[in-house]
Amino acid sequence: MARLHEHQGKSLLAGEKIGIPRGEAARTASEAKRIAEELGCEVVVKGQAWVTGRASLGLIKFADSPELAAAAASSILGKEVSGFEIDTVLVEEKLNVKREFYAGVIIDDIAQAPRIIFSAKGGSGVEQIASEHPDAIAQTLVDIQTGFPDYYARDLVRQVGIQGKLQLALGLMLSRLYLVARNSDARAAEINPIVLTEDGKLIAADCRITVDDYAVFRHPGLEIEVAREFDRPPTELERIAWDVEKGDYRGTFYFIQMEQDFKRGDKVIGFHGAGGGGSMMSMDAILNKGYKIANFVDTSGNPPASKVYRAARIILAQGPIDGYFSSGSGVASQEQFHSARGLAKAFLEVPLNVPAVIRLGGNAEDRAIALMERVNDALPVPIEAYGKDDSPDFCSDRLDVLVKDFLPVEDSVPPVISLKPEEPYQFETVSGGTVIFDYDVCRQCETHICIDTCVPEILDLKDGLPVLNISAEEARKGGCIECLACQVECYFGGNRGGYVELPIPGLE
Amino acid sequence: MSILIDDKKSVLIQGITGREGRTRASLMKDYGTNIVAGVTPGKGGQEIIGVPVYDTVLEASEACGKFDISVLFIPAPLVRSAALEAIEAGVKLLVIVPDRVPIYDVLEIAHSAKKHKAQFVGPNTLGVLSPGKGVLGMIGGRAASARSWFFPGPVGITSRSGGITSSMAYYLAQEGIGATTLVHVGGDVVVGLPHPEVIKLFQKDPETKAIVMFGEIGGSQEERVADLVESGEVTKPIIAFIGGKAAKSGTRFSHAGAIVEGNRGTYEGKVKRLQEVGATVVDAFGDLPHATKSVLEKHGIKL
Repeated sequence: MARLHEHQGKSLLAGEKIGIPRGEAARTASEAKRIAEELGCEVVVKGQAWVTGRASLGLIKFADSPELAAAAASSILGKEVSGFEIDTVLVEEKLNVKREFYAGVIIDDIAQAPRIIFSAKGGSGVEQIASEHPDAIAQTLVDIQTGFPDYYARDLVRQVGIQGKLQLALGLMLSRLYLVARNSDARAAEINPIVLTEDGKLIAADCRITVDDYAVFRHPGLEIEVAREFDRPPTELERIAWDVEKGDYRGTFYFIQMEQDFKRGDKVIGFHGAGGGGSMMSMDAILNKGYKIANFVDTSGNPPASKVYRAARIILAQGPIDGYFSSGSGVASQEQFHSARGLAKAFLEVPLNVPAVIRLGGNAEDRAIALMERVNDALPVPIEAYGKDDSPDFCSDRLDVLVKDFLPVEDSVPPVISLKPEEPYQFETVSGGTVIFDYDVCRQCETHICIDTCVPEILDLKDGLPVLNISAEEARKGGCIECLACQVECYFGGNRGGYVELPIPGLE
Repeated sequence: MSILIDDKKSVLIQGITGREGRTRASLMKDYGTNIVAGVTPGKGGQEIIGVPVYDTVLEASEACGKFDISVLFIPAPLVRSAALEAIEAGVKLLVIVPDRVPIYDVLEIAHSAKKHKAQFVGPNTLGVLSPGKGVLGMIGGRAASARSWFFPGPVGITSRSGGITSSMAYYLAQEGIGATTLVHVGGDVVVGLPHPEVIKLFQKDPETKAIVMFGEIGGSQEERVADLVESGEVTKPIIAFIGGKAAKSGTRFSHAGAIVEGNRGTYEGKVKRLQEVGATVVDAFGDLPHATKSVLEKHGIKL
């Protein structure tokens, strides 16, 4: 989920006129000092991190002078929390707390509607409070068309015995919190605690907002780098992978790194799943053999070969893995040679220098397996391919055997075609790639296999050479689906005159 | 019989002129689905895979009569509008194939569906297939593959994973067990017909004698299936596998989730709940076909 930091969430609350403490975010100790000076009161300095229990981690400190605020900031800034460095603190006025409440908006999957939860007792450990004092909790579903007007909200607050002006103010705040959630497409939006101050104001002292990954595109202003379920900021490769995913709506490419700083022999495997359920089962199968996985990848939903290629390139860029394990649901609806072509291109180009087991069961699996067998013949490492009648357990067994028997090879460079043709014929593709034919080489080709194996059938033979039978513009707009036949099939069955350049921005 | 789809129901394809829509519509037709028309705003007036294309669903309904089902192959940001259009035009079942549909859009679709007494499968679904009758979405891929992989029989199949839907049906078929209908409920948090709803349909279907379910960690669909068995609403035998045993426990991204859900959602919790009410839960996915066969034999159900 795309989580927002506390200071980002608070600015959304302020946008709907929910009271927040006076304060500002700071990235240096001197900024923190300046903010404390301007506030002119005792302050709290809060490290911005996606963790709970920040106080016990020393990430929340009180300071009664600007100097102490600076000291608090410098002790928090740069701290490592769950693998990342804190680079921002929030410096705010310290509140005089009279009473605390809790309010949250979540999506109720059973009712298929937003649900509002209010607790007359808030603060840390609100789950505990809820189970011990169920009478302090009031909940309601929201009709998505009607929304959550303040009179509904007041009635919710009334249910836990709150009356008068406090009911009025809390009702207004809840109604506004729902607007914040709805307008930012929040999967969850919580204020914990809502503080009633000694001087009678209602202030959102902390908040936690998680934006729906699928709706991040509607909120460029939130500057969410990677719309994925992370409990830490994304790694560099995760950013690169997200750019690939974001720029290509065809199929899904999910990438998350699990291990870093490993070396050869650590039993770390590059994992490439296809389809959620099949990926999980395949991951279990390889973990059960005593391996760790460097990453979790899922390319599914009918991705083009080019997307599978980019996924494989990113997996292989992680470092010295001991093997490559690709396994999906087993009986996939997609034609499996698309994935096989993507893998083949990546394995040949990098080149792959560890054993691989590829389980490509489903439509056209025979073609997919045959292709992987040719890649096996072309590279000095063992690559085995299996289909729908071989289980993930069997395939992880095979990889285990291959890895154990494997003697590292010198990084030999196979004859990959990377062309600087004298006589190029080229056109662009939908994901920023370029298809290039070296006509000098193509002229000698006897098979013209690129034409027979081109999935969208956009190539014709003219004067013995492949040419587009649609306009270059149509090809660029998606007429060329990047099936990679003109490189991979050509490599094995043609004269190696075709190449598809598929840049992956950020990857060397 | 089957649930949700057969060879008679009239089917509309929204987004028929796109890459996925065109390809999938053609494969669905090859398998026997009664595709009557397509809709793509701004592209009406042409013919694709032998059916007419219209600009709006109402226009298509006026020309072809009301549709029983619409299958959506539409970019995720546009799904909301297309789905609401179909529901308001009187279509009673939607199959929403695309993934990445924003969750509030799904809530709006759910709201409208309730109001108009319509149902939807998905979003993020591979679809629905009834062996030998028809397919909605993309289960099976090529018609020839779907014909060789699946055949009719006594089992209803429901799954939270797309690929596993086909895999289960295929591995069951290898054991000689055919299916009435395969349903991929969809991979998202909010789906139109989650496991409990699909299983209620299987309970009503006279030809379905037993139900095979692929569950996953997270959410409470499987626990709610157990609730249905406990209350006596579902009486047919259930054979289940729950995926995600080795995965880290599901991400809790809010206090509110914990307050509402309590301990629902874990692997252990789901298995325990299902076993308590008498469902057969297998440890290994590979054991499903054999376990299903034993359950069918025990209940005297013919293959």
